[in-house]
Amino acid sequence: MQTKLLQGNQAMAEAAIYAGARFYAGYPITPSSEIAEESARLLPKVGGVYVQMEDEIGSIGAIVGASLAGAKSYTATSGPGFSLMQENLGMAVMGEVPCVIINVQRSGPSTGLATKPSQSDIMQARWGRHGDQSIIALSPATVQECFTVTVKAFNFAEKYRVPVILNADEIVAHMRENFTMPAPGEIEVWDRKSPAAAPDQYRPFEPDDDGIAPLAAYGSDYVYHVTSSMHGYEGYSNNNPATAAWKIAHLHQKLERYRDEIVMTKSFDTDDADILLITCGSTTRAAREAALALRRQGVKAGVLQLITVWPFADEQVKSLGRNAKTVVVPEMNYSGQLAGEIQRILGPDKDIRRVNKYNGQIITPQDILTAIKPD
Amino acid sequence: MSHATGIKYLKKDCLPLMWCSGCGHGTVLGAMLRAFEELGYENNNTVVVTGIGCWGKADDYLLTNALHVTHGRALAFATGVKAYNPKLNVVVLMGDGDGVTIGGNHFIHAARRNIDVTAIIVNNLNYGMTGGQCSGTTPAGSYTSTTLYGNPEREIDVCALAEAAGANYVARGTVYHGMQLKNHIKEALNKKGFSLVEVVGPCPTQFGKKNQMKKPVDMLRWLKEKGVSKEKYNKLDNPQGEGYFVIGKLVDKDAPDFNTRYDEIRARAMGL
Ligand SMILES: Cc1ncc(C[n+]2csc(CCOP(=O)(O)OP(=O)(O)O)c2C)c(N)n1
Ligand code: SF4
Repeated sequence: MQTKLLQGNQAMAEAAIYAGARFYAGYPITPSSEIAEESARLLPKVGGVYVQMEDEIGSIGAIVGASLAGAKSYTATSGPGFSLMQENLGMAVMGEVPCVIINVQRSGPSTGLATKPSQSDIMQARWGRHGDQSIIALSPATVQECFTVTVKAFNFAEKYRVPVILNADEIVAHMRENFTMPAPGEIEVWDRKSPAAAPDQYRPFEPDDDGIAPLAAYGSDYVYHVTSSMHGYEGYSNNNPATAAWKIAHLHQKLERYRDEIVMTKSFDTDDADILLITCGSTTRAAREAALALRRQGVKAGVLQLITVWPFADEQVKSLGRNAKTVVVPEMNYSGQLAGEIQRILGPDKDIRRVNKYNGQIITPQDILTAIKPD
Repeated sequence: MSHATGIKYLKKDCLPLMWCSGCGHGTVLGAMLRAFEELGYENNNTVVVTGIGCWGKADDYLLTNALHVTHGRALAFATGVKAYNPKLNVVVLMGDGDGVTIGGNHFIHAARRNIDVTAIIVNNLNYGMTGGQCSGTTPAGSYTSTTLYGNPEREIDVCALAEAAGANYVARGTVYHGMQLKNHIKEALNKKGFSLVEVVGPCPTQFGKKNQMKKPVDMLRWLKEKGVSKEKYNKLDNPQGEGYFVIGKLVDKDAPDFNTRYDEIRARAMGL
């Protein structure tokens, strides 16, 4: 087992290759550029393809095309680029096309503090696209998690035939930490389900009993249509109201059905916690330090880390949050994007302390401790 | 050889076509399917990528693989398909709005990259689907629903743009010159690297009626008269001013395509 010092962005690129990804298309933007650079270095060596596209709109288009040609595919970007991707991300949702979009969150709006950290794309990940649909978004807190969670992102994409967003943040992306490369086979890797039907019977959007339709590759024996427009099982555009209702419900329900598998959390000292800190991404680290400091002072504090940000961890937040006297939500944004969801789950009467920082600086353990001092 | 009909690629239960009578899109579709048949294309080895617009609806009638995507982005999706699987025949159908107005940047870079796809842009000089607004190809001075007093902007020359950006094959045809059109499409499909066939087409419903061509036949007459060979065009006194345009093959070269170059680079990366 080889341990080395690695950057989060590098770990995500390594993980993509480990997960079997063989196609990257992207457009450089800080703080995600090392993912492009690493992918450009690694992909040709394993027979894959790297294409630097003319913009982010084209990048996500290309990964959708490559995915339908049979590749596990991905792109990486940051705030402005992620915004540009939203329309075609909606296309990937509609076409049920597996792919992974890494958004290394940075400070905005617009060019904002271009190289500084933030966690203000939580809602953009959820609702950035027009139309009504659900999405998976994951968020790593350590370099090791950058690897394991990226592999998960590809697995979810392939298993549920969806685009998956990896909502990393600048801190974890640029941080260097000790990292142990998993051996091949050590982490489970999923491949999409191929059709078993005879070629003339194949309907690319007809779900099997598991709720997921098998996906052929262009150029195989199967011939099929994928469209951004409303469609039924056949994949041809179709405006029939019953078809439309089925499709929209299907996009939601196929993820709802697997919610327990998709929603991943980590708990640190939460069993008896009077103070529960709920976090995602790199603020988890400050929260853990703060909780340990509180324990040393005799205060029962614990941390619930949301690795899966969307679908939201309603059950986990509810069961742990109910027992805690105070819930603390540190996040690098002004509006409390995470806190709002938690308040929704725990109700308006729950004491939720918001710790928000939006000046491009990281949240420190001290910031959290100061915020939760009894008044 | 029996006469190619292209019927094996056509989804007959979708007929009649949604396009207006007198629209050029059906003619271009027919030419393309006959070209497929003459080249022996297999349905499963062919991917037709379409954007949004009246011409972008063409995939509804096809039995080949198809990928119908967002407005202006078809070439980007096609780039991913072809870059990952070079064995596929990838054809991209776009309107002028789709291909060179909203999609202008992808168009330039697909040509520069020399990705081996064939783009068939039907240029009907306006946005048919959304009600006849002006496009990047609407001629200066023409009337559309958003240029009611005449278009103050100049039109883009789609073929010149493709040539400047590095396309390996560029031809312009019209819906009136059907046989010639099919042959250009065939040549373009056969060409390795980025190829473009611009088809000047009639949109009697939106463009014709606002520009002194009330009936579909007026539009066909316009195509017949104004679409001329390079030789003829060069002999005219004021061809551009009188609305003439060149039809025929404009570029034909063999610069290495993206996948060929990529294979070389990849071999280097693998130390082969
Ligand atoms: C992002 C986006 N903007 C605008 C539209 C609306 N829209 C649909 S088709 C179209 C124009 C189509 O014109 P063209 O590509 O020339 O094709 P035609 O209909 O003339 O064949 C527009 C503007 C859209 N679908 N998406
Ligand atoms: S609106 Fe114009 S382009 Fe669209 S189908 Fe009718 S004639 Fe054709």
